[in-house]
Amino acid sequence: MTTNGAHQAHQHTARQHTITALVMDHPGVLNRVASMFRRRGFNIASLAVGASEIPGQSRMTFVVNGDDATVEQVTKQLRKIIEVVKVTDLSQEDIVARELALVKVKTPSADSRAEVIQIVELFRAKVIDVGADTVTIEITGDENKIASIMTLLKGFGVVEVMRTGRVAMSRGRKAPVRAAAGSAKAKASKA
Amino acid sequence: MKRTGAQIVCESLQAEGVDIIFGILGGAILPLYQTLPQYPKLKHILVRHEQCAAHAADGYSRVTGKVGVCWATSGPGATNLVTGLANAMMDSVPMVAITGQVPRSAIGKDAFQETDVTGVTLPVTKHNYLVMDAKDLAHTIKEAFYIARSGRPGPVLIDIPKDVLQEEADYVYPESVTLPGYVPHLTGNPAQIKRAAKLIAEAHRPVIIAGHGVIISRAYAELKELAEKAQIPVITTLLGISGFPEDHVLSLGMPGMHGMAYANIAIDRSDLVIGIGMRFDDRVVGRVKDFAPRAKIIHIDIDPAEIDKNVKTTVPLVGDVKRVLSALNKQLAPQNRLDWVREVDQVKREHPSHLISDTNKVLPQYVVRQIWEATKGDAIIVTGVGQHQMWAAQHFFYTKPASFVTSGGLGTMGFEVPAAIGAKLGKPKETVWAICGDGGFQMTLQELATIAEHKIDIKFAIFNNGFHGMVRQWQELFYNKDYVATQFFNPDFVKLADAYGIAGFRVTDKAGVRATIDQAMAVRGPVLIDFVVEPEENVYPMIPAGTSVGEMIEAPLPGLHLVDSKDAST
Repeated sequence: MTTNGAHQAHQHTARQHTITALVMDHPGVLNRVASMFRRRGFNIASLAVGASEIPGQSRMTFVVNGDDATVEQVTKQLRKIIEVVKVTDLSQEDIVARELALVKVKTPSADSRAEVIQIVELFRAKVIDVGADTVTIEITGDENKIASIMTLLKGFGVVEVMRTGRVAMSRGRKAPVRAAAGSAKAKASKA
Repeated sequence: MKRTGAQIVCESLQAEGVDIIFGILGGAILPLYQTLPQYPKLKHILVRHEQCAAHAADGYSRVTGKVGVCWATSGPGATNLVTGLANAMMDSVPMVAITGQVPRSAIGKDAFQETDVTGVTLPVTKHNYLVMDAKDLAHTIKEAFYIARSGRPGPVLIDIPKDVLQEEADYVYPESVTLPGYVPHLTGNPAQIKRAAKLIAEAHRPVIIAGHGVIISRAYAELKELAEKAQIPVITTLLGISGFPEDHVLSLGMPGMHGMAYANIAIDRSDLVIGIGMRFDDRVVGRVKDFAPRAKIIHIDIDPAEIDKNVKTTVPLVGDVKRVLSALNKQLAPQNRLDWVREVDQVKREHPSHLISDTNKVLPQYVVRQIWEATKGDAIIVTGVGQHQMWAAQHFFYTKPASFVTSGGLGTMGFEVPAAIGAKLGKPKETVWAICGDGGFQMTLQELATIAEHKIDIKFAIFNNGFHGMVRQWQELFYNKDYVATQFFNPDFVKLADAYGIAGFRVTDKAGVRATIDQAMAVRGPVLIDFVVEPEENVYPMIPAGTSVGEMIEAPLPGLHLVDSKDAST
């Protein structure tokens, strides 16, 4: 029941939402999406873009911090972009989510290198490059796993970090978010 | 068949039923201009500033319901369109804007008159395109018109490099468009329609707040049926004005910051607000938590993103207003709400905001009322933004659909001059009055040349108070009368009209108001009247920004004798 001045958007506490969007592979589409976030004052915690299983369409994964009402606005405003085909808020779903990070760590001595390699094995990460006094590590996992290994590596001295941002999809056999091209063929008639 | 890019543009515009284009030429768009003589059905109106090409297309669209078309050259021509695009975007006006661009090989090189036009216009268009191949022109134009006019309408821009206009391609105008990411919701959800009907049946004190969507959707009959069948008072937002006849017993005028006191009080007392094709804008709602505190809310809008954006809705109904109302009306049994209608009528008598002070001064409100009487309400009124706009909204009684053309969301001063051009050319048989502020008029008055050149029959009423009046009012009320930069020098508007070969009159006393309006109406062709009005008159009622009906400042002040010239004349 909406009574006594309850028309204000619900003020839930902010939490993290994962949203995916299927977009047309057109020049400038990332600009359109980013511009919408910026001008409406929505913050993107992370953004990952890549090819999808549909030719000519890419999939974006956003992590957005905000209350439910804000995130609902984000998804609605995303849907309004002509080149955005489909938007799914995965926040309520059981999802698998991964991020990839590359971390370059100082290893001036053989001892420190051995210690770092031990940590890498513990986290099932990978050493992908070894320099004279650095090693570069590849870690895949959720944000917690990456945060944990980062805490441990900090003591050695982190030279550079590169993270992809989260990519996510729902678990199980559920069909991917898809709107096959041509299914929404609109009959354009004269006004 | 082979056509040049410029020919494809013209053929496509013809296929879309375009009959008029507002624009200014320049280097990058020249191939299009040089092709225009091959297409005599496309009438071109050369304006004097590209901003006015967009506003003229906007005014044309609002009165005809068709997609307005404007074009401009690259660089400064295109950037000058931006205000007009933003205006159309805010007010959901269908428009297609075409801009010339530097040749493909020069893009990105900071070439002469190069601007990233798709980048610049991205946030102020519904969609935009840069067409890099002549073979893409026809389907792009087809898409642009479809996107502009469907769903929640808006402006679409097409940027075309000069050499794309010159190269040849095969031309076939497509039958349909394929836009997987764009499927407007047109029909309301039947379950929600049932819920809405139930809420309406249960309500004791419902009000309708009707907005621009009613006019865009041409849902006049459906709105009237709903109001009459369920006996619900109808309030129309600034852009909803003329969507419901203001001589109707259920009409309550405009709500919000400068709305009728009785409209705002009715909303405050209501137990159900039915928002139809409107977006609960801050000028309507004021302080959100005090808006309609006892009411549930049904929100009907074609744009899902408007639902729950500003106020929390009890029943959302996404769809085209005409279709949704038509389905809703079928679910409703006739209802009797005489007590509520009588109560609202009583409020109207106690708070007669539509009355005008009886004084010998030249009150701007009186000028509006006299234009209403002289035209018998049978006119299209076009306004800019500010005090004159509010008075035109309050004191003219609109009974003809789509007869009030104003800049709402963006609040673009100077809109009235070019928009009146578009309105008159769109509806040549209608009487068009442009009610202008002296400040805004000077932002677009160069279009008097366009008007004189084409002898466009527009009557201009300039409210000359020597102030940016609305801002002065805020300074008076909220900045202790500290009139910083609001008072300004005006030219002699009558001599100005004369310089353009336009008939000009000046009115300085009350007796001259009606006589001069009648005189202007007798002239065939454009006329400008300089009404030297009471300089420090305020717009009332007023609910200051961010407050609510409890803080409404009502006027006129006690002791002033009021005259209802609406009653006196009928």
